[in-house]
Amino acid sequence: MSSPMLSMSWPEGNRMREITFSKAVNEALAEEMRQDETVIILGEDVAEAGTPFKILSGLVEEFGTDRVIDTPISEPGFTGIGVGAAMTGMRPVVDLMFGDFIFLIMDQLCNQAAKAHYMSGGKLNVPMVLRTNMGATRRSAAQHSQSLHAIVAHIPGLKIAMPSSAYEAKGLLKTAIRDDNPVVIFEDKLMYQDSAEVPEEEYAIPFGQACVKREGTDITLIGTSSMVQVCEKAADMLQEKGINAEVIDPRTIVPLDEKTLVESAKKTGRVIVVDEGHQSFGVTSEIASRINEKAFYYLDAPTTRIGAMDVPIPFSPVLEDITVPTPEGVFEQAMKLVSGELIDAA
Amino acid sequence: MSKTKKAELNAEDALRMFRQMLRIRTFENNANQLYLSAKMPGLTHMYSGEEAVAVGICDALLPTDKITSTHRGHGHCVAKGAEFKAMFCELLGREEGYCRGKGGSMHIADQSNGNLGANAIVGGSLGIATGAALTAKLKKTSDVAVCFFGDGATAQGLMYEVMNMAALWNLPVIYACENNGYSEYTKTEEIAAGSITARAEAFGIEAHQVDGQDVIAVNALAKSLVERARNGEGPFFVELMTYRYHGHHVGDINREYYRAKTEEEDWKKNRDPIIRLRSWLVENGHATEEALDEINAAVTEDAENAVAYALNAPYPAASEVDMHVFTDVEHVLA
Repeated sequence: MSSPMLSMSWPEGNRMREITFSKAVNEALAEEMRQDETVIILGEDVAEAGTPFKILSGLVEEFGTDRVIDTPISEPGFTGIGVGAAMTGMRPVVDLMFGDFIFLIMDQLCNQAAKAHYMSGGKLNVPMVLRTNMGATRRSAAQHSQSLHAIVAHIPGLKIAMPSSAYEAKGLLKTAIRDDNPVVIFEDKLMYQDSAEVPEEEYAIPFGQACVKREGTDITLIGTSSMVQVCEKAADMLQEKGINAEVIDPRTIVPLDEKTLVESAKKTGRVIVVDEGHQSFGVTSEIASRINEKAFYYLDAPTTRIGAMDVPIPFSPVLEDITVPTPEGVFEQAMKLVSGELIDAA
Repeated sequence: MSKTKKAELNAEDALRMFRQMLRIRTFENNANQLYLSAKMPGLTHMYSGEEAVAVGICDALLPTDKITSTHRGHGHCVAKGAEFKAMFCELLGREEGYCRGKGGSMHIADQSNGNLGANAIVGGSLGIATGAALTAKLKKTSDVAVCFFGDGATAQGLMYEVMNMAALWNLPVIYACENNGYSEYTKTEEIAAGSITARAEAFGIEAHQVDGQDVIAVNALAKSLVERARNGEGPFFVELMTYRYHGHHVGDINREYYRAKTEEEDWKKNRDPIIRLRSWLVENGHATEEALDEINAAVTEDAENAVAYALNAPYPAASEVDMHVFTDVEHVLA
């Protein structure tokens, strides 16, 4: 595997411009649809409406209603149709308006899409992308705010991508569309209007390659999706205290670039894993476990986790804001780890 | 079905369907024996009694047309062109099975003949068949997709979601509801309110009810609907009135608490699809009793050879366990 830092650098002479996360997703879809006529979009309000988040605006005008297909509000139905279309030669990008609706499609995603290749002994392929979202603090309450990636990451046969900026959003989506396996992409809906530098030229980001966002020596902060930004802010705060934090974005949790994470743990000896899914039985637990198993003798402190509180997401802003990981929370935890305090993180 | 329709069927087609129905019955008898003699792992669901449904419909399809199948799927698999050896190997978990032993009875898929797989979730393949029809429409392949499912699956919400979209988008899909009178261990009349065909009609889908024990009637209807679906007139819905001779699965032996033996005997004696076609072939001078017995003997021998072969075929190597999780990773746990 190439150095993880290489995946952050773009080709010499590549022109950069700032675009929003939303625009990056739109560009990825448009580029792939121009190159491959089997790529279609299926979902609720994806055509003229361009989704409630306006991410797909303009696509139906370019590609027509045969390829940008508005469906009824029938999540299991259109996901199942996506699975069948994928098995027979299309590359559907199924748009699930809110990540919370993933509970509606569990059979089609986890019993059908995820298992078809294995159950058929490698004969059937399901090159389908399920694009959906995650993320709290939008005041949308318990059924429109969840981060449910851990639930599908548990199922063998699904690849799970979690872009942390516009750059990752575009590059990972292009890889997902070209992948012959079912891929679920979780986009943090609070990042849709965030801008980042994205190359003018075409690029794709390979799955299973973590990105070291910032190199450090004292502690490793592993963050997924928008938690990368939380970790970077915490790293800034730690820097002021003279603590040098390394920040890593796994980019895909399936496949997981365990090597980069474990090497960083061995180097710094302290790790905090930050993810917006509920803390219990989640992504933070999985990554922390692997680090404990593979880097135990290099660790100076227990690997700890910061996830969303184990409560349904409340509506009231004063309550909702305390359920999700924050830079301050990561900073405080890091200070404890560095100073050798015992952690009560359960 | 009227006599004029029956007369349209030529001897060659009728004999081919006779042989295919016999192959299904013989396959199932052997599978049942494998279960009863504890040579087959797990359990399986017998298609015996329902042969005219799979054969009447699949004989109207081309190899490029797609089907999706059910937990009671051996009949669909045979009817769509599968071979005994690879099927028995799959039932016995052997490497030479259609799915390298990884799917088993409830997940046999044979994509080379357009079978996108049996499915162990009741109604689970309704979306897949509809999606295959969407591909056919978008790629203009003129393929037709047939979704086989039972009366039990009409209680699943997915059916109504995909029928709605198939109707809105005029997809070339035929929903083939095999109504065998029982939803597992419960009479269909206890789980299905109103009319099953009316449910499809509510979406503007043309729906038919046909005697599922009459392969000639099933085939005549299927040929007409398949052709119309190819011409963009789909979707269609067919309720096929049929019967399963065995229990819900091979282990469901003492079943008098939900189904009388006299009822089973009546269907077997008076409505058996193979006996009925046999009589028709002989009465119309298309075949002699001796010729039909010869077909039977050949099918029996073929099945016995395939069973013997499968019983001695190698199991997959242990190293196969983490293969085929992803298309691009040879061993996912390596």
